[in-house]
Amino acid sequence: MIKHETIEKNIGLMILLIILVISGGGLAEIVPLMFQSSTTKPIEGLRTYTALELEGRDIYIREGCNVCHSQMIRPFRAETERYGQYNTANEGVWEHPFLWGSKRTGPDLARVGGRYSDDWHRAHMYNPRDVVPESKMPSYPWLFSDKLTGKDTSTKMEVLRSMGVPFSDEQIAGARDAVAGKYEIDALVAYLQSLGKLHDNYTNKR
Amino acid sequence: MSAFWSAWIIVITLAVILGCAWLLFATRKSQPHQETTEETLGHAFDGIEEYDNPLPKWWFQLFVGTVIFGLVYLVAYPGLGSFPGVLGWTSTGQWETEMQHAEENYAPVFAKYAALSVEELQKDENAAGLKMGQRMFANNCSVCHGTSATGAHGFPNLTDNDWLYGGAPDAIKHTIAEGRIGGMPPWGAVLGEDGVRDMANYVLALSGKAVDSESVARAKPQFQALCTACHSADGTGLQALGAPNLTDDIWLYGGTFEKVAHTIRNGRNGVMPAHKALLSDDKIHLITAYVYSLSDK
Repeated sequence: MIKHETIEKNIGLMILLIILVISGGGLAEIVPLMFQSSTTKPIEGLRTYTALELEGRDIYIREGCNVCHSQMIRPFRAETERYGQYNTANEGVWEHPFLWGSKRTGPDLARVGGRYSDDWHRAHMYNPRDVVPESKMPSYPWLFSDKLTGKDTSTKMEVLRSMGVPFSDEQIAGARDAVAGKYEIDALVAYLQSLGKLHDNYTNKR
Repeated sequence: MSAFWSAWIIVITLAVILGCAWLLFATRKSQPHQETTEETLGHAFDGIEEYDNPLPKWWFQLFVGTVIFGLVYLVAYPGLGSFPGVLGWTSTGQWETEMQHAEENYAPVFAKYAALSVEELQKDENAAGLKMGQRMFANNCSVCHGTSATGAHGFPNLTDNDWLYGGAPDAIKHTIAEGRIGGMPPWGAVLGEDGVRDMANYVLALSGKAVDSESVARAKPQFQALCTACHSADGTGLQALGAPNLTDDIWLYGGTFEKVAHTIRNGRNGVMPAHKALLSDDKIHLITAYVYSLSDK
């Protein structure tokens, strides 16, 4: 029988035993998810982001949109009434990193695609108060003057492909031309309009 | 879930819980003193010594309680691999129950108002229906049209009785359900910069706002040639195309000289998204009634 004193006085042994104890949760809760078809197999008909949408996603991350906006509609009526069908794991198989978020200062954006016009998104990004006077969202005017070069777009797509996102050779080859010279706002709006529109398995009627 | 992963989860989960319980009892059993004691563990830090006391009883019992709670929970709710739990609870099942309750409660209400025409819904006795429409407007429409429906730059005011596509109930309902695409092509290349400025004067003159009569005279033949197909010869617009009336001094994109010139030069592309894929017919009906009520005075 190991004495308490022995563990306390052998830091290596204590580390080992701590790892043993805390890995129990991860082994039971996380590891099996890596081998379930419901979490590893993409939903039927899921398409990849276009090069422009992918750049928009990076801008979304850069500006920290995911800090205030979740992309995870939970199975509660209060949420599905407002946002549409609750999210399922197989919708996010190609999301690296996923942007589910854990806090909503603004509304959930998982299915915002198509809900508002491109013009609305542009007006709203330039100054949210122009269209929603009550809004406390920051303005992002630099998106309207900064342009994309497309320098790294195909590299990003290759990295994502190595992680299992099935970008085609044509998509990667044409990535630079697809985004070069576009304003950042164009990319961000393209990304926002793609949210919830990458497959059409769910009706979001409510 | 495969049998292997189910067993994997069950074994680890139970091993961890039972391991905790074993550790709890084993350490208590190996404790030399089962009751409060004056004896110390024999070490001192800065003169602080530690009594060799057992875990307080209430604390020990709390530990035992959590172990029992854990086991009861795993029997009642899904947690042990593929075992669904004796209560049969699932998160999606809970959602379906919620939806079913809502359907039972609200379907008759919606059905009652769906049977009434938009005009009938304006009557005082149906005020509750309009209120529902207003709530749904706040949730779905106010983001562009504003909470008071007075619009914003590029997003129409719905309270002023000036309609791009018509203000009859059917037209409003069509706008909501099917959406609208209001494209005005850019005329900068055709008119040239001078032509654009002349035309802006002409358009403002239609609403009685312009000052430079020479510009107005220069632009008149151009207006007749290029603009009347949509905006009609007298500039009063055409609701079938969503072409705005230019004579009423109501401006979707601003009525200053520069704003009007910008519209002529670069065109506009207003989009109202279709809502039939998002909202049920009954809901669209009530929102229509609410929007209709805003200017039906």
